[in-house]
Order: sequence, then structure tokens, then C-alpha cells
Amino acid sequence: MDRVIVCVKPVPDPKDWDRLRLDPVTKTLVREGIGSVINPLDKHALEAALEIKDAQGAEVVILSMAPPAAQPVLREALALGADRAVLLSDPAFAGSDTLATSRILAAAIRRLGPFDLICCGNYTLDGSTAQVPSQLAELLRIPNIMHVSKMELKEEKELIVTQKIEQGYMRLEAEPPLLLSFTKEANKPRFSSFLEILAAEKRELAIWTNGDLNLKESLIGLTGSPTQMADLLVRQKGRQGLRLEGDPEEIARLLVDKIHQMGLI
Amino acid sequence: MDFKLSEREELLRKSTREFAESEITPRIEAMEETGEFPLDLLKPMAKLGITGIIAPPEYGGVGLGYLARTIVLEELGRVCAAMPMSMQVHHMAIAALNDFGTEEQKKKYIPPLAAGETMGCVAVTEPSGGSDVLGMQATAVLKDDKWIINGRKCFITNSHTSNFWVVIARTGEGPKGLSAFLVEKDAPGAKQGRKEHKFGLRGSNTGELVLDNCEVPKENILGQEGGGLGVALKTVSESGRTGMAATALGILQSIYEEAGKFASERVLYGKPIAALQAISFYMAEIYTELDICRLLCYRASWMKDQNLRFDAESAMAKSYTCDAAARCAKKAIEIHGAYGIMKEYKVQRLLRDAMVTISAGGTGEIGKVVLGRAALAPFQKK
Repeated sequence: MDRVIVCVKPVPDPKDWDRLRLDPVTKTLVREGIGSVINPLDKHALEAALEIKDAQGAEVVILSMAPPAAQPVLREALALGADRAVLLSDPAFAGSDTLATSRILAAAIRRLGPFDLICCGNYTLDGSTAQVPSQLAELLRIPNIMHVSKMELKEEKELIVTQKIEQGYMRLEAEPPLLLSFTKEANKPRFSSFLEILAAEKRELAIWTNGDLNLKESLIGLTGSPTQMADLLVRQKGRQGLRLEGDPEEIARLLVDKIHQMGLI
Repeated sequence: MDFKLSEREELLRKSTREFAESEITPRIEAMEETGEFPLDLLKPMAKLGITGIIAPPEYGGVGLGYLARTIVLEELGRVCAAMPMSMQVHHMAIAALNDFGTEEQKKKYIPPLAAGETMGCVAVTEPSGGSDVLGMQATAVLKDDKWIINGRKCFITNSHTSNFWVVIARTGEGPKGLSAFLVEKDAPGAKQGRKEHKFGLRGSNTGELVLDNCEVPKENILGQEGGGLGVALKTVSESGRTGMAATALGILQSIYEEAGKFASERVLYGKPIAALQAISFYMAEIYTELDICRLLCYRASWMKDQNLRFDAESAMAKSYTCDAAARCAKKAIEIHGAYGIMKEYKVQRLLRDAMVTISAGGTGEIGKVVLGRAALAPFQKK
């Protein structure tokens, strides 16, 4: 294979999750002091791409839509062995839902030119919708295999892909162009070697804006997003104290009434 | 003045931290029980670049500097201090070869060390002591085209896991009567003696090297004949002390994290004990010590990278950080109450490990001798 594209999303570091808060007014995550990491499943997608690079010398391109502050996360992806990275960053992209995001990623992929494979994480840790991989494949009119738990290279352009399904596993033969989304069973991501960290300093990290993609504003950002969030609530956990008094029979009757009242039965 | 680490240094830290947490953590229990260094981790550490971090690229190394090395050792030490202890001594052997070796010696010995095919060690200390270098009794005599070395070296880190030893022995009288030699483990008359059972840094191998009419080719002298004191002092002061300091710094970081977590989770009087001022003061002290030590360690390593003289700064980083780690470990154990002395809790290991760093790589007192000299130098009359 000649080119493998890996879609990467920076997400809040799971180690800081106990400190994450929701701003009660803006309904956005308060990310101050919270680190960003490569979405954990995206590391498995990257590892799969790097295995193809190791075996066949394919160029591995990182693609990410995120604010400019995400550059260190992309640099880390380069330090893991990717050849170059493109950060899609523009205020016009802000507020994009999964469909608008997929349109932006698809436009960037078209601009990148021919590719063999697109690797994604099965879902991201923050949004967890798992919609982008399939939408992206649909927009690019290529097949998509989700829940990939194993990828084997058969020939130069032939893959054996094991897909996790409800009742077990399915082994599929697949040929590029293709989009795969990976689960954590797929492989063990490597660590950045110090030599790769040094080499990554010389690798290209380009920033593309909508000026490079020329997408209509009605297709991207908040206005281009069919999903509109009505509200976001923090789940409250607590107990409603209720004291029932009387003799045992009375208490039992009160309790049954209460259960009926609450619609629990 | 810039206190901010570069993106490169942050990535080195992140990668080493991920490696240590995922690959070293599962091995700690076995290290604690057996006292053995996990030799099979050498290859993965070499793949990452830990074994050859300061070795020049032309000899198969990464070619990074001492600040990078300190960050990496610190991160290893945060998880398990036995690992940076072994690695920093391994680096000492590489540094000695790189600073004093001939081109042939560098080409022969540095690549396998950088690639993690074996470990290296530096053998100075003898049963009579390590601080009194000039009191050394091991001898080397040139006979035909071979050096015949006799003596015992003790408390040598990596003694039983190294294929190459840098051995200092007496070839004459006085300070100019010491020379350094490269001894291969399989050389005639080279033996590994007893293996020590330490109460801390359990996974780092320490033991005795016996040289019994040990025959070493004439060309295996490292540096000039009579230059052994220089080899020992430069190697111990530069890579040894900064390495020991970084190991203790990792312990100190772990002490801070363990104490902070416990104080925030343990509830007494209806609230976490961190809310008690006495405990928060302990935390404040540990937090401050950690920062002091980090700044001392980074400065010393940075000075080495800038080619500045830094013997006083490395002694300061080493003696202060190792002491601070032990002091703070005691505080962390007190924060833990009775839990602190239970084997299930990490803090007891941190105290044991910290105690071992104090006498290793030049005792705290020897560090203070260097520092006392530096402190008084401006006031000495010529």
C-alpha cells in the first residue's frame, strides 16, 4: 500500500476525568488544566497503519480536526512514526456535529489525493457516538468495516480483517480503498522511541483552514450540523429520604402505594 | 532564563512514563521478591532508547544530553527506582568509554551497550571503602602484553548482569598510580563474587567482582596509564551523581503522588485528612522539596549539556535529592499512618529505595566535602 490515512482526535486525558466539570451556563467542558491525549482507540488505528508502514513502506498521514492548541498531540502521533500530519483548524469548523466533521475530513482526504486505507478508532472517548467512521466512508463512497479486532496483511493490497460481531467474530477479506475502525483488541500500540521523537521534529505538521477545503458554510460548523444539542445535564445521584410510619401492614401498604405512584411497577 | 521544558523533553517524559507504567509496573513484585534485575526488559528499553540515550549516534546511541537522561531516569524512578539505578550505572560505563576510550574501544564496546545486548558497570569501591579512592588495593601489573589484575570490588551495581566492567586498579603509587581497565566478564581470572541482598532498590543487582590473576589484553587500558583517578572522578561526578540524583528525584515524585492521593482519599473526622492543616503542611513540605530537587537536578544536567564545570552542582543535586527523598518518604509514611508500613502500600518501598540512594554513587558526606570546598573557595587566601 502507498498511503494510509489515520484520523486522530485529541480528547481530555482520562487521568484527569475526575476533575472535568461542565460549565453550567455554556454547557461546555471546562478544559482548563485538563491535558489532551490522542483518543486511546486512535492509537490502535495508528499502530495498524504503522504496521503496514513497517511491512510495506506505506506513507502514514495523520488527519485531525481540532483547535490549533492540539498541535502537541499531533506531534506525538508523528513521534510514534507517522510521516506527516494535517491539522484542520478554522473557527468556521467550530460546533460541527459528526456529519459536518465527516464532511470536513472527507474534503481534506480528497485534497490529500489517492489513498489505500483510512484507519479510525472505533469511537472517541469524549463523544462516543461512533458515527464519524461510517459517515466518512459513506461520503468517500468506500466500504467501512467497524469493530476491527484484528488486521492481517495477506498480499500487498489484500487484508484479512477480523470483525467483532454480537455473537462472536467474522473474518473478512478486504481490498483497498477501505475504511477500518479499530477496537482495543486489534493490537498493542507502540511507545514513541527517542529516535522517532527526534525524527518527528523534522516531519511536516500542516494546518489547513476552510480556505484550503472550500466547503460551503452551510455544510460545516454549527450551521451545517443537523444535530442540535437541546440541553446537557449532569446526572445527579442522590436519595430521596422517605420515612413511613405505622404498624407493619400499614407501612407495607404505604410502600406499595408509593411504588405504584412512582410508576415503578 | 527559561524554566519551560521543550516539546521534545515533554515527549521523552510522556513516552518513558507510558513505557514504565505499562511494562515495568507488572514486574515490581517479582523484583521485590527475587532481588533480580529483569534482564528481558533490556531489549524493550533499548528499543525505546533508554540504554543508549547518551551514547553518540555513530556508536548506535540516541545522542541525547544529560537533561534528557535526567527526565527519563526520573520517570523510570517514579515507577520503580531499581530501573534507573541500574540504567544510570549502565550509562556511566558508556560515558567512561566515550570520554576516555580509543576509537577501537568505542566501536567495540559502546554499540552492544547502547543496543541493550548487555549491561555495563563501573567498579571503583573495594571492601575497604569507596570514598577513599586512593586507599584502593586492587593492583594491575603489565606482564608481556597483558595486564594482570588482582583485587576485589564490592557493592558494584550491575555486577552480575554486565558483560563489560570498567575496573579501576593501582598501577603505581599515589594519585597518579591508578589506571582504568576494560575487563570482559569471560576474561581469565574474572569472577562474579557474592550477590548482595539489599533492603531497597531490590531489582537493581549489586554484588562483588573478583579479579584473581585476571588477564586483560594490553590495549584494554581505558585512558592513559596513571589516569584512573580522572576516569573514576569524572565518571562518578558527572554521570554517576546526576544519575543517582535523577533516581532519587523519581522516588520523590512518587512520594508526592502517593502522599497526595492517600491524604485526599482517607477520611477521618468526616473529611479527607488533606483538610487537616497538619497533613497539608506535610504535603507543602514534600511539594517544596520536590521542586527544589527537580530544579537542582535539571540545573546540574543542563550545565553538563552546556559543557560547564558542574562538580559542585552535581554533588549538591545528588546529596540534597537523595536525603530529601528519604526525609519525604518518612513524612509520606506518617501521612499513611499504620498503612504506611504495610507491604501492600508503595510508600514503604519508597523509603527503602531512598535510603539506598544516600550512600550510592558517592555518599552524602563526600558530596558535602565537594560542596564545602566550593562554598569556601571565594574566602580562601592564596
